[in-house]
Amino acid sequence: MDEKISFKLNGKSVSLTSDSERTLLWVLRTDLGLTGTKYGCGKGLCGACTVIVDDRAVRSCVIPVGSIKGKKVLTIEGLARNGKLHPIQEAFAKHDALQCGFCTPGMILNAYSLLLKNPQPTRKEIIEGMEYNLCRCGAHVRIIEAIESASQEMKGAG
Amino acid sequence: MNEDEFQVGECDFNNGIYPLSRREFLQSIGGGIIILFTVGDTQTAEGRRRGRGERPDFNAYLRIGEDGTVSCFTGKVELGQGVVTSLAQTLADELDVPLESIDMVMGDTALCPYDAGTWGSMTTPYFGPVLRAAGAEARAVLIELAAKHLEVPKDQLDAKDSVVFDKTRKERKVTYAQLVKGKRIERRLEQEPQVKTVSELNIIGKPHNRIDAVDKVTGKARYTGDIRVPGMVYARILRPPAHGARLKSLDTSAVDKIEGFQVIRDGDLVAVLHKNPDEAEKALPKIIAEYDIPEARFDDKSVFDYIVANAADGRVVEKAGDIEEGHKLAQDMVEQTYLNGYVSHATLETHTALAQFEDGKVTVWASTQTPFGLQRQLTSELNIPIENVRVIAPFVGGGFGGKISNGQAIQAVKLAKISKKPVQLVWSRADEFFYDTFRPAAVVKIKSGLTDSGKIVSWDYNIYGMGQRGAQMFYNVPHHRTTVCRELRNGEGMHQFATGPWRAPDNNTNSFARESHIDVMAAKAGIDPLEFRLNNLTDERMRGVLKAAAEKFGWTPAKGPSGRGFGIACGSDVNVPVALIAEVEVNERTGSVQVKRVVCAQDIGLVINPEGAKLQVEGCIMMGMGYALTEEVHFKGGRILDLSFGAYNLPRFSWVPQIETVLIKADDSPAKGGGEPPIICVGGVIANSIYDATGARLLQLPMTRERVKAAMAKRSSLTALPV
Repeated sequence: MDEKISFKLNGKSVSLTSDSERTLLWVLRTDLGLTGTKYGCGKGLCGACTVIVDDRAVRSCVIPVGSIKGKKVLTIEGLARNGKLHPIQEAFAKHDALQCGFCTPGMILNAYSLLLKNPQPTRKEIIEGMEYNLCRCGAHVRIIEAIESASQEMKGAG
Repeated sequence: MNEDEFQVGECDFNNGIYPLSRREFLQSIGGGIIILFTVGDTQTAEGRRRGRGERPDFNAYLRIGEDGTVSCFTGKVELGQGVVTSLAQTLADELDVPLESIDMVMGDTALCPYDAGTWGSMTTPYFGPVLRAAGAEARAVLIELAAKHLEVPKDQLDAKDSVVFDKTRKERKVTYAQLVKGKRIERRLEQEPQVKTVSELNIIGKPHNRIDAVDKVTGKARYTGDIRVPGMVYARILRPPAHGARLKSLDTSAVDKIEGFQVIRDGDLVAVLHKNPDEAEKALPKIIAEYDIPEARFDDKSVFDYIVANAADGRVVEKAGDIEEGHKLAQDMVEQTYLNGYVSHATLETHTALAQFEDGKVTVWASTQTPFGLQRQLTSELNIPIENVRVIAPFVGGGFGGKISNGQAIQAVKLAKISKKPVQLVWSRADEFFYDTFRPAAVVKIKSGLTDSGKIVSWDYNIYGMGQRGAQMFYNVPHHRTTVCRELRNGEGMHQFATGPWRAPDNNTNSFARESHIDVMAAKAGIDPLEFRLNNLTDERMRGVLKAAAEKFGWTPAKGPSGRGFGIACGSDVNVPVALIAEVEVNERTGSVQVKRVVCAQDIGLVINPEGAKLQVEGCIMMGMGYALTEEVHFKGGRILDLSFGAYNLPRFSWVPQIETVLIKADDSPAKGGGEPPIICVGGVIANSIYDATGARLLQLPMTRERVKAAMAKRSSLTALPV
């Protein structure tokens, strides 16, 4: 059923009329034109579609858009502020923590949520926190290093 | 959100130069220095090989614009392997411009010189030298112009950071932009100009971060599925239940009557079109389709027996000496059969294409490793004149050999033609697992002879189901023979679905079989596996990588199984020798294998981007652990049973071993591709490490927990571990 759905998207208020059962992923990618959030599997198994809803990483391919009414959604497009990359983005670029880049937005946002919950994770905690995000090119080693380095950087920034 | 950057209908790929034919493009780009290329002119191997049969193709390699900006045109595609960076480095170095000033224009059939495809580790060894030559030619033109401009003899001039200067008076200088302004100079690459010597290189050989990183970490990088054109609809296809299934009846009435949906049938292709891809997908179950499904000949368990039992006579592809005589000279014979199942490419980006017809011409954006190949496929399969087809490959989300056959793009073009609308088709993950061109299952039977001094005297190597890449004998064996069988006696296809190249095709299976067998022989001879290999090897480059890996690892000799869980494997792919040494831990109760450490040494000649090369090694090791330990497509006849990431297990973060890379210093040797070789040894090195840890010999990939447990149960007293 079509209904009016309002929420905060990357800091701005958004209102749209949509079937509330449609997934957040495809509403973002089509109606809202935000293509940084990727379709990888459609079943919440790969993490390429990860976005942040109210500070928690969620798989947008299995979340109905109706469920985010009144919530705050952060996508990869909203992470850099005023043209300045977020420390996690900086660290991914600096550590070459990507190859094809298709899993990268989901990896970064999953790491963002991980660091919100646990600002100084151990290597083991990073691995556990990232375990369900898939990367096919095998950038795992660098992704772990990037998250370690971003956590240090963010600590320095207070 | 930043609405400005994500307007629907906008397409800024390739700087908005669209949609022009290449001749129009050449005319329209205005002034500057343009280095042109005619296929077949160049002296490189790829130019010669690929040029044959192609029409002369006038296009530019590079252009230095009147503002000094450099555009580099290449038909190669960025799949994640990093050539967007290494090619920019290559050109920037020869041309003496800052890396940042280079704009890479890739994978566009209208703008880029013909290219056969991005595969086989060919970009660096074949396109790289041509690009260096083009850069050197352009630099020579600039030096000539500067000599006139500054009234200084050419040999007194040098260039750096887009400035030509007088070596004797550095303040006498002129920028490339000043030299190019108001001029239009076209040069054709007819003979190879002098490129820089290794000692003159400034950017090649230095580590550099990926130049696509910022776009990829901000979500700005555009893949095919991110492109929007006005009036576009999305398609979802109705996947048949099995390969070989024929559509018997179709009832689409339940979807036809809903507004906004369109069902298209073209032969066996059935698709739903809608303005939203998710809605199109939701409509698929409402279609009632019946199929005739061919009877299953075999499944993932019986495939090996089936293809060996029904194999036609093989073809001898390599031999030396006399195999029967060789066997007679042996003190000990070792005979073993090695199996490897089908694996999927499982790229994170599923196959995607967008097709748009305008005035009889079609533009196709596609996730493809072969934009020019797709252009030709559309001409031959759909009868569209080649000049009316433009293919653009934006960033591609992983290829590994899986994005060569272009099935999704042909489907999208058919749907766009019939619906008269631009159509974007994104294969679902299940479609991807179904239509993928899997790495073929294969059987390798080896019978070899060993002398009592630990020399391999005979080697009879028989391949069923795939080819011989990687099987070339590099050990010193006086009597050897390699036979390949890829056909069945009764003329049936050997595989029940499409197979194709998968990162270092054939070589993963061949290197697993060979290096496992070498290890079996070393154990039989009671010799340390490194020493056994070196005793049977004179190839200096192969010895070099083995020794380099052993040194880095801190290898100490022991005959296997030593209980340490150390394994070794070496091999060669695309003329790159590589050696891996690993350490594993095996859980005797569950059969699970944890790879703790991998050292890789490889010799890729002159290294363009050391950081990029290391990244490729790490990628190969991670991806290789998948085919070694868990990845296997389960099927029954043409039915694919694993259609999701829940069923088909990719490597994960918890698998990450400590990875150490040694790049052999060989600056005087031509640059080679390093994105495939390290993966070839991953199956073998883990099998050999498991043997060293447990005394259990794994003869089949993937080495799942069940197979590891079964192999441990079969251990004989002869292979008991030292106490």
